[in-house]
Amino acid sequence: MTLTEQIITVGMGILGVHICRVLPFLIFPPNRPIPEYIRYLGKVLPAAMFGMLVIYCYKNVDIFSGFHGFPEFLAGLITLALHLWKKNMFLSMAVGTGLYMFLVQAVFVN
Amino acid sequence: MSEIVSKTPVRDAAKAAFPYSAPMIAGFIFLGIAYGLYMKQLGFGVLFPVFMALLIYAGSVEFIVAAALVAPFSPLNVFLICLMVSGRQIFYGISMLEKYGGHLGKKRWYLITSLVDEAFSLNYMAKIPSHINKGWYMFFVSLYLQIYWVMGAGIGNLFGAMLPFDLKGIEFAMTALFIIIFAENWLKEKSHESSLLGLGITLTSLIIVGKEQFLIPSLLGIWIMLTLSRPKLSSKLKRIE
Repeated sequence: MTLTEQIITVGMGILGVHICRVLPFLIFPPNRPIPEYIRYLGKVLPAAMFGMLVIYCYKNVDIFSGFHGFPEFLAGLITLALHLWKKNMFLSMAVGTGLYMFLVQAVFVN
Repeated sequence: MSEIVSKTPVRDAAKAAFPYSAPMIAGFIFLGIAYGLYMKQLGFGVLFPVFMALLIYAGSVEFIVAAALVAPFSPLNVFLICLMVSGRQIFYGISMLEKYGGHLGKKRWYLITSLVDEAFSLNYMAKIPSHINKGWYMFFVSLYLQIYWVMGAGIGNLFGAMLPFDLKGIEFAMTALFIIIFAENWLKEKSHESSLLGLGITLTSLIIVGKEQFLIPSLLGIWIMLTLSRPKLSSKLKRIE
């Protein structure tokens, strides 16, 4: 690939992402009232998106082979339990991530 | 009191937003390092990963573009794949139409173009103190996240190979964040239909279609189901309001 072709390829990535980010705001500009249906979606979508993101993070787990996702599920459960208990985001993240790193580096080693 | 505060609304927001974005430093910088290192292994110097992190600013798309850069030239293909992978961003936009509305002025365009998964989650859930300017607070949360990511990409490309410690597993920081955000939202919401739909439809779609293709069917499924249950859910929303 020439430099020009490389720049075009990167440009395609920039375009693809930003069209999706900007589109809703172009279709529904602030000076016009947002249709009731879109306002409804704006209210109910976030909860569904948070659910989707959790599953998205677990997409690479194979429950049928290797460690059957044990480190991912254990670290996830501890993160959840700790957060429900202490409600401290920094703490929950640090403990959950630290535990996962320990599990995959020292306990569940291939 | 409000007069004293309003003298430096931007600086106050910048200060208040930092601790809220801070839990993401490790995850973003280290994932950025992995990406910068990957670009180096593909034969690119520091400019490519840094500018891609800055201008594309979407982890999965950056990895796709990186792979496309060492494959035969096919711009339309790259464009369509990036469009499909970014489909969920449209749903974030719809969710943020009001929070990122016209009242924020010109800085809303930065918030809109930096609306990554983590910025969406953090800014949607942010409990912003009443004396802090909300627009500037969200602006700085987004800005800090992007700085962490771009720094990671640069550091990874320049020094990634020299790291003395094992980062294996650091990517779990993202999973932890989304579990926390999901839990906080769950505790806050009065009805859990939408949360359960999001979990259930995405999981079903992942099992049926597999991890390469499941995002688009998940988004379509969520959209269709939320539209079908609108009469029921909007009457619940009204009762809560």
